[in-house]
Amino acid sequence: MENEYVIQNGEPILEIKDLSVSFDTTRGRLNAIRGVNLTLHKGETVAIVGESGSGKSVTVKNVMGIASSNQVVNSGEILYTYVDNGEKKTVDLLKYTKKKLIREINGKHIAMVFQDPMTALNPLFTIGYQLSEGLMLHKKMSKKEAWARSAELLEEVGITDPELCLKRYPHQLSGGMRQRVVIAIAVSCDPDILICDEPTTALDVTIQAKILELIQEMQRKKNISVIYITHDLGVVAKVADFVCVMYAGKIVERGTAQEIYFNARHPYTWGLLLSMPDLSTKDDRLYTIPGSPPNLLHEVKGDAFAARNAYALEIDFEEEPPMFRLSDTHEVASWLEHPDAPKVDVPEELQRRLEHMRSKSRAPEGGNADE
Amino acid sequence: MSDQDYILQVKDLKQYFYPDRKHVVKAVDGVSFNVRRGTTFGLVGESGSGKSTIGKDLIRLNDPTSGSILFNGEEIAGKMRRERIKNLTSKMQMIFQDPMASLNPKKKVIDIVAEGLDANHLYSSREERTEKVCRMLETVGLSREFANRYPHMFSGGQRQRIGIARAIIMDPDLIIADECISALDVSIQAQVVNLMKDLQDARKLTYVFIAHDLSMVKYISDYIGVLHLGHMVEMGTKDDIFDHPIHPYTKSLLSAIPEPNPETERVRKVQGYDYFTSGIDYDQGTEHFLNETHSVLCTDEEFARWTI
Repeated sequence: MENEYVIQNGEPILEIKDLSVSFDTTRGRLNAIRGVNLTLHKGETVAIVGESGSGKSVTVKNVMGIASSNQVVNSGEILYTYVDNGEKKTVDLLKYTKKKLIREINGKHIAMVFQDPMTALNPLFTIGYQLSEGLMLHKKMSKKEAWARSAELLEEVGITDPELCLKRYPHQLSGGMRQRVVIAIAVSCDPDILICDEPTTALDVTIQAKILELIQEMQRKKNISVIYITHDLGVVAKVADFVCVMYAGKIVERGTAQEIYFNARHPYTWGLLLSMPDLSTKDDRLYTIPGSPPNLLHEVKGDAFAARNAYALEIDFEEEPPMFRLSDTHEVASWLEHPDAPKVDVPEELQRRLEHMRSKSRAPEGGNADE
Repeated sequence: MSDQDYILQVKDLKQYFYPDRKHVVKAVDGVSFNVRRGTTFGLVGESGSGKSTIGKDLIRLNDPTSGSILFNGEEIAGKMRRERIKNLTSKMQMIFQDPMASLNPKKKVIDIVAEGLDANHLYSSREERTEKVCRMLETVGLSREFANRYPHMFSGGQRQRIGIARAIIMDPDLIIADECISALDVSIQAQVVNLMKDLQDARKLTYVFIAHDLSMVKYISDYIGVLHLGHMVEMGTKDDIFDHPIHPYTKSLLSAIPEPNPETERVRKVQGYDYFTSGIDYDQGTEHFLNETHSVLCTDEEFARWTI
């Protein structure tokens, strides 16, 4: 097959364009996502960060077609590009019916790792059954082949006795092991895209790092593009190439990990960075973002973050800020970037931390990090 | 140092479970520690290390297998008289991990918070009860109108505040906070932790803070105990633990803390620690002191090797 098309690294494979989603609730229509644009390139890792209720999970659930039934898609498209029989194809996932999506896309092309491995696995079936199920369905393997492949997969994700593990039920495994099994299931059919929805929140620190390293290893080996959803900025720093900060159903800042951590421009991003205790903090109090996120049942006038923003300008309460472009990769939705806006400096505590971080990254790695 | 300074003295606490006739689970196996009045003692360790079991032993949700627990100088590990149980349950309170699961969804906030008052008849009239609850809600940063609402009407952070209000309305000396912020968002975590610190200053509270998030533990604790497989492997002030860790398990835990810095984070490798291949036997180890506060569980030979 000489002229088989291969998607090169850096080509876009998933484009979410102007996605807007509402939910019909008993208290009225809730605008959960208000125009999200996101592009995922081949081989890249994008992280979406934000508080609960900012719409990060809803965004990716639409990609998988597993959104709840009271959802209404107002506008937008989700373009997915893949290679089928050597040809490049681009489809709009929102136009697919749920059935078609589950049969043709899910698992085979786009797979997902959920937060809680216990609820993601079926307690009534053995690990082997759940792993070989997808292989038999999508890869058309026989039962025997699928079983053998399952054992290989378990070995790949670092489970020591795969044959034994295949015969076990989910409740017989520890939390970390379960998440390894879920990852094995997710990568079993060689997907192009892996979506990880808070993959480590339910696990403790020591295992968290191992699972993240496992996902990274799988990503490198199989050249998968990954979308992470998380509120843990430590996790994001470890894995992400690009970071999207989401607030009240919109992406308010996006950029490379470097740009977001060292040169954040949106006050909300500052708040997020500051509310994480860093090990050098000597302060008596942690910084908190005042107030709470807006109720999306009501229409948001102006900037959704304005009421909690110490740097809010008058225009923030009247008009929604557009995306201001700072570099090829860095965009911010904040009026502070407007040429006429007053100059605002990064909060002092954040500046101190950034100094500390910069000096650390410049200094030669000592101790544990240099292996 | 007189015994008066310690609100809690735990000595050789053991908690075994017998899931069936053949097996014994040694969830806590000979743990000793002291908590000074007005300070915060952080208990850290991975899941299954026994940190929650210790918390439950302290407040007597479990009956300890053996060992002694002195609370305000009184023994609370064995059988107790009724008055002592009553004293214990009002002077020691607990905040749980999942605020939704720990609040009764069928009760109004006012009844949830007033439960301790009801049990101990600490009011003379209905108005006084309402007033006490409302004042407490305001102390934890909630509006008094919330008293007649149900738990599902609140966000996660607000629910945790209700849990805190319920704990402090009894005016306790000691609060056991079992992973009380792990289920919350980062920005909400900060709010709850700040509230806990304020309350500590205002009411001279002592906390036993159980968590696996080490950066938060460092921030809130004065003393830290590192647990692994039911043993206290290292104990000391937070600077002892974070700046001069001795035990390989502590080092491995510390190396696992994620840092919000993409440059260092990318190259960071977690130091592995496997008890079963490391050749360390916790049962052989004894407490070795590096200084007055900092102690490690190890044998003489290991102590010499680790402290070079």
